[in-house]
Amino acid sequence: MAFKRPDGRKLDEIRPMTAKTGIIPNADGSAMFTFGKTVAIAAVYGPRMLHPQHMQDPKSAILRVNYDLLSFSVADRKKPGPSRRSQEISKVTEWALSPALDLKDFPNTVIDVQVYILQADASTRVAGINAASMALAQAGIPMRDLVCAVAIGKMDKELVVDVDKDEEDFEDGEGATDIPLARFANSDEFTLLQLDGKIQPEVMNKAIALADKAMAKIYEVQKKALKEVHSE
Amino acid sequence: MSSMQLTSLTYNTLLKMFSAEKRFDGRKLLEQRDFSVEYNVSNKAEGSARVRMGKTDVVVGVKLEVGTPYPDSMDKGNLMVSGDLLPLASPRFESGPPKFNAIELPRLVDRLVRESHVIDLKKLVITEGEKVWTVIIDIYPINDDGALIDAASIGAIAALLQTHIPELDENGRIDHDKKATKKLPLLENTLPLSITFYKLGDSLFVDPTREEEEAADGKIVWGLSNYKGKEHMIHSCQKGMEASMTSEDIQKMMKNLPKLYDDTLKKLKKFLK
Repeated sequence: MAFKRPDGRKLDEIRPMTAKTGIIPNADGSAMFTFGKTVAIAAVYGPRMLHPQHMQDPKSAILRVNYDLLSFSVADRKKPGPSRRSQEISKVTEWALSPALDLKDFPNTVIDVQVYILQADASTRVAGINAASMALAQAGIPMRDLVCAVAIGKMDKELVVDVDKDEEDFEDGEGATDIPLARFANSDEFTLLQLDGKIQPEVMNKAIALADKAMAKIYEVQKKALKEVHSE
Repeated sequence: MSSMQLTSLTYNTLLKMFSAEKRFDGRKLLEQRDFSVEYNVSNKAEGSARVRMGKTDVVVGVKLEVGTPYPDSMDKGNLMVSGDLLPLASPRFESGPPKFNAIELPRLVDRLVRESHVIDLKKLVITEGEKVWTVIIDIYPINDDGALIDAASIGAIAALLQTHIPELDENGRIDHDKKATKKLPLLENTLPLSITFYKLGDSLFVDPTREEEEAADGKIVWGLSNYKGKEHMIHSCQKGMEASMTSEDIQKMMKNLPKLYDDTLKKLKKFLK
């Protein structure tokens, strides 16, 4: 029996997306991005002086990302402060974003990107990357492209776009596979690729192709929000 | 945002302006900013609220957990207030172990909520002497433009008023799939709020912007309610920072506290459902 999505979406349908930039006045750039009930916000501070000095790179700014869930964003309260999971996601988010940035004009500085999840319904790291990418753009950091991110899922044998929590917990057949992906909006360069579950190599190709289509839609939402901030 | 340290130029300008009873944004010294309250920051929280006061933006969430009672209060549920000054909210906040301000904020809200007895902890016993509800209030600023404690107290009370007690399954664990319908038991008509007075030179003022707050030499955080809807009652107070306060200062605060509280409550009531 074919997999039916719990919320009735089509297999390649992304949850309703919203995006907004300039949400944190203190920050040099900031943005919110939502996939359905998953809400991510991001702030960019910098380029600013980096201390301690030995961490400085005389040829470039460094990018420093911090991702975390707010304690009340999940069903069982998350103990505040970094966890192994959040440290890992911080690092992969950093790797997802840094290829898009051109930081050589800001030697010895740091660009801090703070990503927090207000409400979690799976796909939080990709929502965070979408928000962070917009926040960096709004901060005026030179970028080669925007980074778009989405989680492709495999439920039993069926591929779906934008995994929610009900799907993440799906256990029938081959179970649930979660594949968070990030890519440059306008070129075929993936900057995040993670996977948990079971997937055949040929199906993986299909998953990537499915992601490509989703990225185009996400890019439109990001672009629209970036244009709106200047009109306010 | 480039300079993190308050310059003496700004300090002296503010000093001069305050003594002439003027502020950059045109407010009177004892005039608070308007605020708005929004709910359902997170549908995973048992109650949540977001307060925007000027450019200050704070989210507060309430989570309930099944816990064990403390030995000195076997017949009561537990209350915990925590939070963090996320580096998201200001270039001045840093990652790492909490600094004093990050510890002070939840502690002040804790005392205000606890001492006002607004949460009826006696009604939060699940199995006498064994299992009780632990109410956890978490506070996170999203953008700090001063007066975080006052904004956080508004958020805390708004979130508590929204809070529902989750259902338990047959094993006594929280069943997140069942809709929570029972409201958190609160003491009726008692809405504790924090009003903080700041002092710069000889001037007293409330609800500072970030710049004004940084220039201040001293402050006193007051927690008060209209206890049981009958009378103003102060539940907590803490003096902070180096400057001393004169008895005249305190008298002035006592004179103005009830009105400032009433004004805040009136604004808050517009947002209560």
